Amino acid sequence: MGVPILKQGDHLVASIQSALSDAELLEFQDRLSEQVGEFRSRGVIIDVSAVDVLDSFATRTLRTIAFVCKLRGAETVIVGIQPDVAFAMVQLGLDLEGIATELDLERGLAHLQTVADGARTYG
Amino acid sequence: MDEIRVPILAESDVLAARQEGRRLANDLGFTGSELAVIATAISEIARNVVQHASHGEMLLRVVRGGPQEGIVVVSSDEGPGIGDVAQALQDGYSTGGGLGLGLPGARRLMDEFEVVSRPGHGTTITMKKWKS
Repeated sequence: MGVPILKQGDHLVASIQSALSDAELLEFQDRLSEQVGEFRSRGVIIDVSAVDVLDSFATRTLRTIAFVCKLRGAETVIVGIQPDVAFAMVQLGLDLEGIATELDLERGLAHLQTVADGARTYG
Repeated sequence: MDEIRVPILAESDVLAARQEGRRLANDLGFTGSELAVIATAISEIARNVVQHASHGEMLLRVVRGGPQEGIVVVSSDEGPGIGDVAQALQDGYSTGGGLGLGLPGARRLMDEFEVVSRPGHGTTITMKKWKS
């Protein structure tokens, strides 16, 4: 089963609910970037709270998604990285530099709201 | 069961290997962060096998050394082998289009890490994690 992507107002919320193979991650990447256009989304939240491993491939895919969505006009926030997963990522030498991360879905939505408010004020 | 053999033939086997490794390490009583570390190391090494060799396998088993208990992961493949192991263990060196973290990253995650490679014949990687 693919990753469910829900439209919520101006945003898309995707929750990765189980470990994904590389092929499933790439399918998710393509579908998400398509839906940003289809729904004219301004923000994307990817919830990884159920994910027990973020290895180099998964991290690179999340980075790609965030940068592709940025080019399509949507801000991406990764939420819910578990402490054990974060610990392993740091030891492996991975980071998500340049990509917004927040503790949970609630903070992720607040982050996107702040970005939207900023765009209205200064745009 | 103290020993698990996982064939690494396709990309989906990467997932199977790390899930088996996590299960075995969990049975041994490793902590949550150690489980994530072990599963991540297995994932990196298994992906290397898929990318560089057409087939290989991973052997996961319990290891006991005196009072210590741990997990040993032996990855073996019949791929092209690694010409320069020292170079392959350096950060940023990648031939698979990855981030170049595979081997050096997995080495950082584990307590012991050994690479034996014969160019043209294949590579065997043995890595251990001891319970803290």
